[in-house]
Amino acid sequence: MATYKAISTVTVGSGGALAIEFTSIPQTYTDLLVRLSTRVNETGQIRSYVRWRFNDSAAGYSYTWGYAYDNNVTNGVSDINLSAAHIYITNGPDSTGSTFGNTDLYIPDYTNANNKSHIVDGVTENNNTTTYMVSTSASMWANTAAINKIVLQPNPFGGGTIKFVEHSTATLYGISKS
Amino acid sequence: MPTKLVVDCSTGITSEVELTAEEIAYAEMEEARAAVAEAERIAAEEAKAAAKASAQAKLAALGLTAEEIAALGK
Repeated sequence: MATYKAISTVTVGSGGALAIEFTSIPQTYTDLLVRLSTRVNETGQIRSYVRWRFNDSAAGYSYTWGYAYDNNVTNGVSDINLSAAHIYITNGPDSTGSTFGNTDLYIPDYTNANNKSHIVDGVTENNNTTTYMVSTSASMWANTAAINKIVLQPNPFGGGTIKFVEHSTATLYGISKS
Repeated sequence: MPTKLVVDCSTGITSEVELTAEEIAYAEMEEARAAVAEAERIAAEEAKAAAKASAQAKLAALGLTAEEIAALGK
């Protein structure tokens, strides 16, 4: 049976935040889960993206991404050799006020000495009948180091002026399997 | 100065940390690069959709019904 323990939760304050970082992640669990409820302030966007890095590494990220949105659009794309992991979707400022995108970032066996594949599933909320999106991706960090740090940042990684807005939350869970 | 939220999981303490000038400069460079990449992705997606619509129109001109054209894509 798997046991979930909330390691840390962060809630963005009124000034927003360019990034959320979990540091000194314990190495005592089997898997990690980051559960996110976020919204960003990228001008003119209903939806936007968030990216992430492990251990401050700026190389070796790849993804295969499938998505569907607004009743009738489906597609899938892949990319390799990125400087930050991609893609999780989230709400932008043109979505309905006070709605957030919800995403799970699941990282199995994060301390092993193999490359780190992980799973990203998310939806955007908009509370209307025509604008919504589901997104799922298989993501890879081609690195054998144990993960001890996760940095999340609105696309592009580096942030510029794009921030997580107030009330966005991120909770890091450690999962033990007995 | 822009800030980031840093959670130290060993202590549970969250700190609001200002970005350095180097981090901000890097951020601006990445933002410009990402804008180009996103524009390229959208253009490729639109080109793919246009090619599909063109192919469907040509098939229809040959006499295929909408159901027959849809069946080709399955």
